[in-house]
Amino acid sequence: MVTEKYIWEQLEQISDPEIPVLSIVDLGIVRIVSISDDSCIVTITPTYSGCPAMNVIQEDIIKLLSPTVNTKVEMTLSPAWTTDWMSENGRNKLREYGIAPPEHEVDKSVLFAKPTVVPCPKCKSSHTKMISQFGSTACKAHYQCLECLEPFDYFKCLK
Amino acid sequence: MTTQEAFYSYIVRLGDDSLILGQRLSEWCGHGPVLEEDIALTNIALDLIGQTNNLYELAVSIENKGKNIDQLAFLRLEKEYENLLLVEQLNVDFGYTIVRQFFFDVYRKLVFEALCNSSDERLAGIAEKSLKETKYHLKHSSEWVIRLGDGTEESHRRVQEAVNTLWKFTDELFFQDEVDQNVIELGLGVDNSNFKVTWDSHVEHVLTEATLTIPSNSWQHAGGRKGIHTEHFGYLLSEMQYMQRAYPNMEW
Ligand SMILES: [Zn+2]
Repeated sequence: MVTEKYIWEQLEQISDPEIPVLSIVDLGIVRIVSISDDSCIVTITPTYSGCPAMNVIQEDIIKLLSPTVNTKVEMTLSPAWTTDWMSENGRNKLREYGIAPPEHEVDKSVLFAKPTVVPCPKCKSSHTKMISQFGSTACKAHYQCLECLEPFDYFKCLK
Repeated sequence: MTTQEAFYSYIVRLGDDSLILGQRLSEWCGHGPVLEEDIALTNIALDLIGQTNNLYELAVSIENKGKNIDQLAFLRLEKEYENLLLVEQLNVDFGYTIVRQFFFDVYRKLVFEALCNSSDERLAGIAEKSLKETKYHLKHSSEWVIRLGDGTEESHRRVQEAVNTLWKFTDELFFQDEVDQNVIELGLGVDNSNFKVTWDSHVEHVLTEATLTIPSNSWQHAGGRKGIHTEHFGYLLSEMQYMQRAYPNMEW
């Protein structure tokens, strides 16, 4: 009989196809693992409503677990995913990969205020500039470091 | 009209708004004025289509007739779509697209804020999720309205023209009929008349900052919520529905 802990450990092997450095556990999209008799239900939540990775993630979970245990994946929208659920481990991995991890503050500059200061993942300088609120995927914004001039992705805060 | 029918129509309308605007925005793919804006507009389109997906899933489960969401999105006739006329208007140019987006974003944010308290938990969940995305959209469109309005003579002229034309579609944001009355009574949907003042003052604030003026005494279009569309809609549908019509039940 498999344990919940075992399933959580297994899920560490599945990564977000758009950010291969992060596991779905690091990302905080696995919400509940529940085990009953001989089956297991994994409940996941999308980062963004239109996140195209959700189907692939769902298939990956089934493929990984079903040889061991009868597995079902359920999708929930509530409570809505927030970058606060990203693990510390996940943040570090993102930074090493060259993506600035989400700051804890949501970009409140609805109008006229300065955008969030995001340090450069390469040289750590805070002298950076937001190029665009929207980046290569729904969850990222596009920044540039004004110190080392490197353009970089920022995993934007969502609360 | 039963509660179930009213709630179904209400959800489908919310989904139609985001589907049609998402389709319009996706026409920008590969045509944005700069790469960053090409990416931004298509990102927003993706969010809107994702929201549509969630709303249609809820709608088919309320209706409970075994429909799938592709049938809703791709196999209805023109008169069966009940989106706001605003969202089906042509892209025209970047400024026009931004003004259309701005009017919609202010409205949609207010709708979702209120829907977070819907007595239907599933709808409240969709609203909570979508609201976070909509805030980013609104920030993007507001900043561009200001930059273009208070920009060059040319950009100012173009967005002012967009405001003048699109203003005729803004009364419809506050349209109500039997569907709305039903869902408002039960706390399922929102009473949009409650936030008309907020919409007006937010829009005025940004347009003023952008040195743009609100047209006075403008005639207003209506009909979207009754399935009566502007001439542009048929062309949009024929492109959007082509694959499902040509290859019924196809899947990607
Ligand atoms: Zn740097």
